[in-house]
Amino acid sequence: MGAQKKSATARVSEDQEELARNPLQAILLADSFATTFRPITLERPKVLLPLVNIPMIDYTLAWLESAGVEEVFVFCCAHSKQVIDYLESSRWSSQPNFSVTTIESHNSISAGDALRLIYERNVIHGDFVLISGDTVSNMSLTQVLQEHKERRKKDANAIMTMVVKKSKPSPITQQSRLGTDELFMAINPVTKQLLCYEDKAEHSKGFISLDKTLIADNPSIILHNDKQDCYIDVCSQEVLSLFTDNFDYQHLRRHFVKGLLVDDIMGYKIFTHEIHSSYAARIDNFRSYDTISKDIIQRWTYPFVPDILCGSSAIKVERQGTYRASDVTLSRSAHIGSFTFIGQGTKIGNDTKISHSVVGEGCTIGSNVTIEGSYIWNNVTIEDGCQLRHAIVCDGVIMKSGAVLQPGVILSFKVVVGQQFVVPAYSKVSLLQQPTQQDSDEELEYADNTSGTGELRYKLNGDIAADLSETAYELGTGGVGYIWSVFEGAQDEEWKHSVAPIPKDKLVKLMLDKDEDEEQLTQDGNVLSASGELKADSDDNGSEDDDNADSRDDYGFFEKEVEATFLRAVHENVKVDHAVLEVNALRLSYNMASVDCAGAIFYSMMKLAVESPHHSASELHRNAADIITKWVKLLKSFLHDIDEEIEVILKFEEMCLESAKEFAALFPQVLHLLYDKEILQEDAILRWADEKEGADESDKVFLKSSEKFVQWLKEAEEEDEDD
Amino acid sequence: MPDTQALVNDFLNKLKKRKIEGSQATAKQTAELLRSVISQTRVPYTNQAAALIQSVKAVGEGLIAANPVELAVGNVVRRVLHIIREEDLSLTTAAMAGLNLSAVSDDEDDVGGDNQPVLSAAAIAAASRSTLRPPSLQTLLEDVPDSAAVPHTSSSGGDSEGKSKSADKSSRSRKLKHDVIEAVNELIQDINTCHEQIAEQAVENIHQNEVILTLGSSRTVLEFLCAAKEKKRSFRVFVAEGAPRYQGHLLAKELVTRGLQTTLITDSAVFAMISRVNMVIVGAHAVMANGGVIAPVGLNMVALAAQKHAVPFVVLAGSHKLCPLYPHHPEVLLNELRSPSELLDFGEFSDCLDFGSGIGAPLLHVVNPTFDYVPPKLVSLFITDTGGHNPSYIAEIYQLFVTSLRGEDMKFKSEIMKTNCVAGGNLVKS
Repeated sequence: MGAQKKSATARVSEDQEELARNPLQAILLADSFATTFRPITLERPKVLLPLVNIPMIDYTLAWLESAGVEEVFVFCCAHSKQVIDYLESSRWSSQPNFSVTTIESHNSISAGDALRLIYERNVIHGDFVLISGDTVSNMSLTQVLQEHKERRKKDANAIMTMVVKKSKPSPITQQSRLGTDELFMAINPVTKQLLCYEDKAEHSKGFISLDKTLIADNPSIILHNDKQDCYIDVCSQEVLSLFTDNFDYQHLRRHFVKGLLVDDIMGYKIFTHEIHSSYAARIDNFRSYDTISKDIIQRWTYPFVPDILCGSSAIKVERQGTYRASDVTLSRSAHIGSFTFIGQGTKIGNDTKISHSVVGEGCTIGSNVTIEGSYIWNNVTIEDGCQLRHAIVCDGVIMKSGAVLQPGVILSFKVVVGQQFVVPAYSKVSLLQQPTQQDSDEELEYADNTSGTGELRYKLNGDIAADLSETAYELGTGGVGYIWSVFEGAQDEEWKHSVAPIPKDKLVKLMLDKDEDEEQLTQDGNVLSASGELKADSDDNGSEDDDNADSRDDYGFFEKEVEATFLRAVHENVKVDHAVLEVNALRLSYNMASVDCAGAIFYSMMKLAVESPHHSASELHRNAADIITKWVKLLKSFLHDIDEEIEVILKFEEMCLESAKEFAALFPQVLHLLYDKEILQEDAILRWADEKEGADESDKVFLKSSEKFVQWLKEAEEEDEDD
Repeated sequence: MPDTQALVNDFLNKLKKRKIEGSQATAKQTAELLRSVISQTRVPYTNQAAALIQSVKAVGEGLIAANPVELAVGNVVRRVLHIIREEDLSLTTAAMAGLNLSAVSDDEDDVGGDNQPVLSAAAIAAASRSTLRPPSLQTLLEDVPDSAAVPHTSSSGGDSEGKSKSADKSSRSRKLKHDVIEAVNELIQDINTCHEQIAEQAVENIHQNEVILTLGSSRTVLEFLCAAKEKKRSFRVFVAEGAPRYQGHLLAKELVTRGLQTTLITDSAVFAMISRVNMVIVGAHAVMANGGVIAPVGLNMVALAAQKHAVPFVVLAGSHKLCPLYPHHPEVLLNELRSPSELLDFGEFSDCLDFGSGIGAPLLHVVNPTFDYVPPKLVSLFITDTGGHNPSYIAEIYQLFVTSLRGEDMKFKSEIMKTNCVAGGNLVKS
């Protein structure tokens, strides 16, 4: 080996040889710097959690090795001892051409800290792969490395290449399969440069703001929401020094990537590389743990699948995608369904049904047990008649007979669930108590962690020295463990990241929300163009016509909104002033003129009159009169000049023709009423009459019916003039 | 030694990661690796054969476990083990002959060093069997527990070894290793040239104006067809593309560059086209003991279509693909399921694989098997580098030896079977 290296260094650098000379290095962050896997990660680091019975880090290392990486620096922080011990005892410590070096730290609280530490060690000598220890992939690095190097040669500022993969977000939840929020990326389709990265975009409002210089600088931009970030980055050395220069960079994406994209002084660029046939994904939460486990069982990660990774003699794939170790004791009446993994030395009793699940090594499962979509780790004892649905059960757990786990339950290490006890959905159970206020320094996510801060947390057991009898109570007779409380506010979010599928009622709710969202989105789209944000920046004139078409639609929405507001005002006795304010707010948000408001309000008033019970025309008239009298102030506050008044008349006319024909007979009376209430001035009525004079016969129906009234007005006017 | 260890690990890794594909490449590399293992093994003064066998076995077991689907690895390991025993046997019998029947010894030795280890071994085995007295078997088995797997014939070698130990052990030890390496070299040579030897028979099997159908891509088939073309045979080839990897496309391209009239069809069109075909010629992944074939996926369908229309179904297989195991044997992994991404694009189907909504279980299941099993009754002819055989012939040979060697180590059984199969092939040829 040594000799080989020397001879290689002696060579003068040609491009290909340069590749060969610098052994490819990788930084593997064996700490997620997050708390999503609590309470499990209080006792064991995330990278050592079994994923289809193999520690996650093994998938990552196996991939790095086969992708041609020669030197891996494993950065461990939380439970560093466990990680180091594991790596030393594993096969990774003795691989030729593949060295695994651990870097230990006790005070790093973020990926940024980790990279700064690695920079100080000065071990990285060239381009490197940055990956966290919970990433599963089978992609080939050759192409992305080559692209990266070529770009570097042309432009020294191209310091990072991110690997992305197409993956559609769920249309209902706006979440990806991996339970992460929808991710927006703006990418230049020609150069593949990443221009914008928004992972917590306010998608419900449909806004995403792009710097206008981006549009000026790039002839074309594609905005993606169907890309999944694989969290595999090919970085140049500068990345490390950048982290050191900007000591406030903590999170790789939220701070570093966004920081670089915003910062145009240094001009560093990030590019993307999309993979198509290969697989890459990162386990970020319980939902992605579930999804990726299923992907592995379905062999998307081939050749990194259990039967190949653990030496095929031990585990065999049977039909229907069932993986079974060689020495499983299986009752004849037990039914192992499809996509299930059964580990070595596991015993399964009579009439037990297992499907879509992973059962680890050395487990004892009794009779009449139902296991569905669950992940059971090693040495778990499940007694007769238990039921598990979509749960994660860690090492050494004992479930006494008849215990039930509802969907989304997490049982941490060595928990005992008592007889017949039903663990409620989404609860997390651990032998350790929930940390009270500050996170133990090992596993701390910085403050903007989504799931609330320390203040929100409270202990379920007020007594710190809670003895076992108290805890036993929590998990039924003979049970041991604390049920962690869910933070208020986070409770609604729990189902999003759980291993359990999203419950039906949530789905229905989301569907409804989504429909509303869609409505809003169309409106919002219009707001964007109408307010000229995009138009001003890009010289795009083609949208003018569309705008007009849109605005007509828009008026319909606006009218509905106003009507809803008005009805609420009527039913809830909202003060007129407030109603005026609300309508005004609507006017602003929909970018309408006060003419439109007047029309809409009048429309809603008349509609209310028609809809309220009445038996004859006179009753209807009285209804209308009542409503108008009551809300005259509201209407008047939008009638600033004569045009608006005419609009009201026109609107009324329209209603009489279309939606509320009952008013047709009452047209002159109502007109008179409006005049009486000083809503309409005589000028307006006369002007309307004049305009209508020249119109078609059909249009003159109402003019004729109110001829008398108009006549009277005219006369009154003349009289006035005479005076 | 550390060097070979690194080599072994490297090869193991490659096998595990499925980086080596194709049984010929695997077989060749396995043989080369074993050669270097043998040359690096330090041989003790006594019982060199056992030492060699042990080290080869140790490496071989690892290799087989690394990728049990690649049966060629096991075949080559068995062949090498057999070579060691054979050489040891020939040396000891030679030595024995030197002691007892000095007249024959020269002759025997010549044959041992000859380029036909297979035939010589058989001859020697026969000779030694006749010369040996039964009790010697017992004594040796107790002496050398390591080579318990080494049955009667070689045991005689051990027995005689004791006698001839003092005579010329140093020269013998060097000679044994040397002979074994020579023989392994020949094996590698055989694997390298098996295409040519198979291709030599092309002209006897392909006739003027015939239409040949093949599926997927196999180098053996390519060479076979081209050899016939070179002999001025004019014929047409139908190539089924071999989904999902579409290696048939590559084969078609290659055939066209060599000037063959080629038609590319989809796999599903095979049945429609088969009535126009005169012969189906395909490659194999492995040939099992019963004469069944493990072949690229889709071939069972082709074989059934061929049977329906009484079209001869010819399988080309180098002798390194002959495997002494039965397809129902628990050790045999008949198939490997590859990644679904060969069939469909993950991005397009990602919404079907969203486990968050719905019942939480995948409704879409993509199965991508690599191999098919073609039962022996569908195969009309095997063409190996030793000649053409009927499947029942292969099965017969295996059968004979499985029953005659009851209770013995399976590995050894397989070696013997191999020998006889090959020897039988030679007989057929002559």
